[in-house]
Amino acid sequence: MITKRIIPCLDVKDGKVVKGIQFKNHQVVGSILDLAEKYSNDGADELVFYDISASTKGSIVEKNWISKIADVVNIPFCVAGGIKSVEDARQILNLGADKISINTPAIDNPDLIYDLSNEFGSQCVVIGMDVKYIGDQAFIFAKTGSEKTSHSTNLNAKDWLIRVQELGAGEVVVNAMGNDGVKSGYSIELLNSLEDICSIPMIASGGAGGPRDFVNVFEKTNVDGTLAASIFHRNEYSIKEIKESLKANSINIRI
Amino acid sequence: MTVAIVDCGGANLRSVQRAIELRDQKAIITRNKSDISKASFVILPGVGSAKSVMNSLESNELIEIIKNLTKPVLGICIGMHVLFDRSEEHDTKCMEIISGDIKKFDSMLNLKIPQMGWNKVSFLLENTKKLDNYYYFANSYYSQIYENTLASAEYGHPFAAAVQKDNFIGCQFHPEKSSSAGIEFLDYFLSIN
Repeated sequence: MITKRIIPCLDVKDGKVVKGIQFKNHQVVGSILDLAEKYSNDGADELVFYDISASTKGSIVEKNWISKIADVVNIPFCVAGGIKSVEDARQILNLGADKISINTPAIDNPDLIYDLSNEFGSQCVVIGMDVKYIGDQAFIFAKTGSEKTSHSTNLNAKDWLIRVQELGAGEVVVNAMGNDGVKSGYSIELLNSLEDICSIPMIASGGAGGPRDFVNVFEKTNVDGTLAASIFHRNEYSIKEIKESLKANSINIRI
Repeated sequence: MTVAIVDCGGANLRSVQRAIELRDQKAIITRNKSDISKASFVILPGVGSAKSVMNSLESNELIEIIKNLTKPVLGICIGMHVLFDRSEEHDTKCMEIISGDIKKFDSMLNLKIPQMGWNKVSFLLENTKKLDNYYYFANSYYSQIYENTLASAEYGHPFAAAVQKDNFIGCQFHPEKSSSAGIEFLDYFLSIN
């Protein structure tokens, strides 16, 4: 059976990997290629690159680093940030990315999901959902790359998840914004509330602080993989350590 | 020795080329008949749909050429699907090199579709057992276990992870994205003569 995936997430800003806390105060943590190669060698199952400078400025991602990543890693990787059209996506896939992930442009133009899936296959099309509870309702947020532009939409997380699947999305990354960078664990409640309406792979994001959080999310939810950033970037835990801990808890992973 | 990677219109040909180059082989991306005839190995990479790949092969008049090749040919993912008789994906007639049909994973089995990630692959023949490993998959359609199965994996039920008939090999996984396991599989392909 298919293994659970551990996916380091690299937020890219102006060509460097950065990490903020709840989308603010970004600090440079390293070079894109060094980290990509290191994580690939450490046993990452996949990599995600979010160009957080792109989607808020309205420009397409700076693309030259994508083909360089394709030259140094031979595991799949996904690129997100400012992809607004089939042509934007084609360029990124042709540079060597395996998937593209869209968030705000999908909210602005849901038909883009259908067009991308039709053109490249659903396995290429990842929808990023930035979710925050307002009261007891989970809402989708847009333009989350910067504190100034981040705002709630009137989309309920469940309704949006149903919609993106109908339009042909092949995977969804559920990012619990309240948990991002604070290392309090993944949002089990949110993930479980979405699970029974999700028939495509679901990836948990936001809140990983240590091995226990990974074990917890795989034991208590049915997610297919987890995204994590700071704990890897700051060398608090290696991917190997996380995987060994998962294996010790009988979670099916690739070691 | 040159490896011809057939440009079927899909994205991400570069990753396949790069993986071959890592093995110190020359790899060209082409849709030219004479390049394909002259190459020592031919790869049909696969991103897109069975229909788009078949349309591309047809419009470049490559179908008869590929069917008649006697050198090693590797179809990856959709490139494997088009070796079969038919694919359920847009009900596409394929090249009929390997008998059997490509089906869609059944959502009634409570499976997430597409299958996405690393799955354990078991090779069936003694001389290929050393290739047993985790490989990267991203597919909604699959081949059942037919007589030409070279390796199997499980997703709700067993399916063909790799197939071989004479000089034609197909793999459902993406060796170019499967880390060191994928490189070893490509070595196996490149060692066939």
